[in-house]
Amino acid sequence: MHCGLCLPTCPTYDATKLERNSPRGRIALMRAIADDRLEPTRAFADEMYFCLGCLACMTACPAGVNYAELFEHARAEAEASGVLDSPKRSLLRNFTLRWLFMDLNRLQGVGLALRLYQRLGLQSFVRRSGVLKLLPRRLRELEAMMPSVQSHFSADLIEPVTPASGKRRFRVALLTGCAQDLIFSGVNRDTVEVLARNGCEVVTPPEQSCCGSLHAHNGEWELAQQLARKQIDQFPPDEYDAIVTNAAGCGSHLKHYAKLLHDDPVYHRRAELWDAKVRDIHEWLTHIGLEPPASNRLPVQRVTYHEACHLCHGQKITAQPRQILRAIPNLKLVELPESTWCCGSAGIYNLIQPEMAAELLDRKLEHIRSTGAEVVATGNPGCLLQIINGAKRQGMALRVVHPITLLAEAYRQEGSV
Amino acid sequence: MQFSTEILEQLQLAVGRENVLTAKEDLISYSFDGTAAMQQMPGCVVFARATEEVAAILKLAHQTRTAVVTRGSGTGLSGGSLPSPQCVVLCTVKMNRILELDRANLTMWVEPGVTTLQVADAASAAGLFYPPDPGSMRISTIGGNVAENSGGLRGLKYGITRNYVMGLEVVLPNGEIMRTGNKCVKDVAGYSLKDLFIGSEGTLGVMTKVLLRLIPKPQAKKTMVATFAQMDHAAEAVSAIIAAQIIPCTLEFLDRMTIHCVEDYAKIGLPLDCEALLLMETDGHPAAVAEEAAQMERICREQGCLEVRVAKDDAEATKLASARRTAFSALARVAPTTILEDATVPRSELAKMIRFVAAVARKYQLKIGTFGHMGDGNLHPTFLTDERNKDEMHRVEEAFKEIFDEAIRLGGTITGEHGVGLAKKSILPKFAGDAQMRVMRELRRVLDPNGILNPGKMFD
Repeated sequence: MHCGLCLPTCPTYDATKLERNSPRGRIALMRAIADDRLEPTRAFADEMYFCLGCLACMTACPAGVNYAELFEHARAEAEASGVLDSPKRSLLRNFTLRWLFMDLNRLQGVGLALRLYQRLGLQSFVRRSGVLKLLPRRLRELEAMMPSVQSHFSADLIEPVTPASGKRRFRVALLTGCAQDLIFSGVNRDTVEVLARNGCEVVTPPEQSCCGSLHAHNGEWELAQQLARKQIDQFPPDEYDAIVTNAAGCGSHLKHYAKLLHDDPVYHRRAELWDAKVRDIHEWLTHIGLEPPASNRLPVQRVTYHEACHLCHGQKITAQPRQILRAIPNLKLVELPESTWCCGSAGIYNLIQPEMAAELLDRKLEHIRSTGAEVVATGNPGCLLQIINGAKRQGMALRVVHPITLLAEAYRQEGSV
Repeated sequence: MQFSTEILEQLQLAVGRENVLTAKEDLISYSFDGTAAMQQMPGCVVFARATEEVAAILKLAHQTRTAVVTRGSGTGLSGGSLPSPQCVVLCTVKMNRILELDRANLTMWVEPGVTTLQVADAASAAGLFYPPDPGSMRISTIGGNVAENSGGLRGLKYGITRNYVMGLEVVLPNGEIMRTGNKCVKDVAGYSLKDLFIGSEGTLGVMTKVLLRLIPKPQAKKTMVATFAQMDHAAEAVSAIIAAQIIPCTLEFLDRMTIHCVEDYAKIGLPLDCEALLLMETDGHPAAVAEEAAQMERICREQGCLEVRVAKDDAEATKLASARRTAFSALARVAPTTILEDATVPRSELAKMIRFVAAVARKYQLKIGTFGHMGDGNLHPTFLTDERNKDEMHRVEEAFKEIFDEAIRLGGTITGEHGVGLAKKSILPKFAGDAQMRVMRELRRVLDPNGILNPGKMFD
């Protein structure tokens, strides 16, 4: 099937109008490689990394083509072929994928270093000193994009086990994530509060590992498998009513461990149970019946909702976050035009494809501006970071926040959390 | 074989280096269109952005006898924009401006790469209506719609693309630029050449501007779904509706297989326990709409339908129509290769034709999903197969031969809206007859003496 109904939903095709930059073109290239009509060339590999992996094509595809799977395999194939290898790239990948994101301690170590750089006034000193002007433009941009590391990681904010407030209805695990833990640990705390408020006992062990989504999306299949096994061992799925995540990118990956561990005789069955237990926070809350905050003391806020790709396309969760936002008193939800169009964050896409990412970010900000909203809510750390950076760059007064944070704030006003 | 370097250089001069693609990765991406099981590598891909560029490309192709295959978004279903070997694929998607919307004359000038949806949206924003709505309208281009004379879901009441083209700017195969037609409702000066180009499948010229006719937007519409325990009952309901002199704007049907596939994708709560589903829509003056809708509902009940469901609002109506448009692609959920046809018969013969298609599928032991535009007799029997299974593909071919023969016997046609292209090329002579074939050949030779435009398509 190559009907082309995916084309108008693909941000890269929309930008270039080149068939190779479309899902249909990319699949044709993958198929050409499978049929031995094409070698895995440099151009092929570049193409696979030009794809955002936003999965809008999967929402559009009536035939149900599983692009996510094809795409991850294609990136793995590109990596295996070595056509992209360069000393700089290998160093970067070894450092990030194979070292940094394999272990939370390392990640927090780097986080601490960044925190010191930012807190001790070094960052502002460096920025004021003009020394950055000596750096190549790209590095300067990256420095400017550097997120503020929170003064507390999740484990400093959250007890390993938080009891349900009131009657315990469920026992859930919360995955605190890696980026979320460093940059948005507050969202994790908010999530725990909200869960407890809705009758869930929340288990959040301080030592957690990366879910492996970054690895799977970047062609590191085996590392992704390793991390998946680690997760299953840490959170035996039969011990929880749900395994909750508040990061769309993670959730979209976490729900497919059974496929990832398909050939693993020991883990495959547990992975199936795992998949069935993983829930995005919005999905879980609406599933168990969210208790709306009672307070009306909150100031009126005009909020728009940006749909993280891996929530709306990756997990088909669109109604639930809106339902939650609408449950908040004095919150006026304004629909965002093109709300399901990628903001350009796309994992580490904004780092490796800065131009395309910036183009998408501008488009997103333009739409956000058109709504007149002072707050934009979105359920993924990548999107949060991308839009925060964009708003800062354009000097927009915009609060960028996870929907669950808004909910937690409303509960706090109520005096019940 | 390598594509001529000299020609490449000339093309680069004409459109700029960045608009000429020769990398293998690009050629593979343009080696197919929406048609199943067809593939052919082109020599290069060229993007034109203006009429003059198209003229320069065709002039060069004419002089060097290079094949040119025009392509929009590549969603065609008869292989019309499939490359010819070593051809230049001339892609029009970068000519995508709406040039003028004339509210006084109810017309719109557009470039060929504008999508059908963009046209419909622009018309709608001005309170007007562009009715042709092929299944792929979200991405199909107007250039492709005109070249294939596309139909859609509203053919019964509003007609097809041909009925909405008032004028064209065309580049002829020798590079000459010609305008035909204008904003006048009446114009009998000379042959109506624009009509020759509509449905010419890229064989006579390349359209660079299209003047479209718009109509006022209907004030109201009502959409409903009726389900039936037997396909025959649905066909009879359609006949009864037309006999009652109601012309709904949409009268679509889906069989059980198609209903299940569409529901599987769209998840809009289509009733699954039935053999046939009719999607009906009436539009126009609110009073007329209300009356027609009530009459259609009554007729369906009289014909023994299982259930009638009326869409509660516009959003639900749009959902139903959008879901119907995905039917062809959704059928691919069941099998890797979906080969659909568009045999069309006079409305009165529809029930007969539907029964025949089902019998043929049984005879050749093929899995089939049928849907289509019941109101205008345009069927889409779709065989669900696997192109790697040679034996089954052969049976598919045999089955189609029988279906076409029957369509012709019932006074129908071999293609209602997809075009001849490569898919129906072999059966066109039998259908068209010697005289028509001779006239078509001679016409093509006059316009394209060197045979550069879409060679090998429609007929040799």
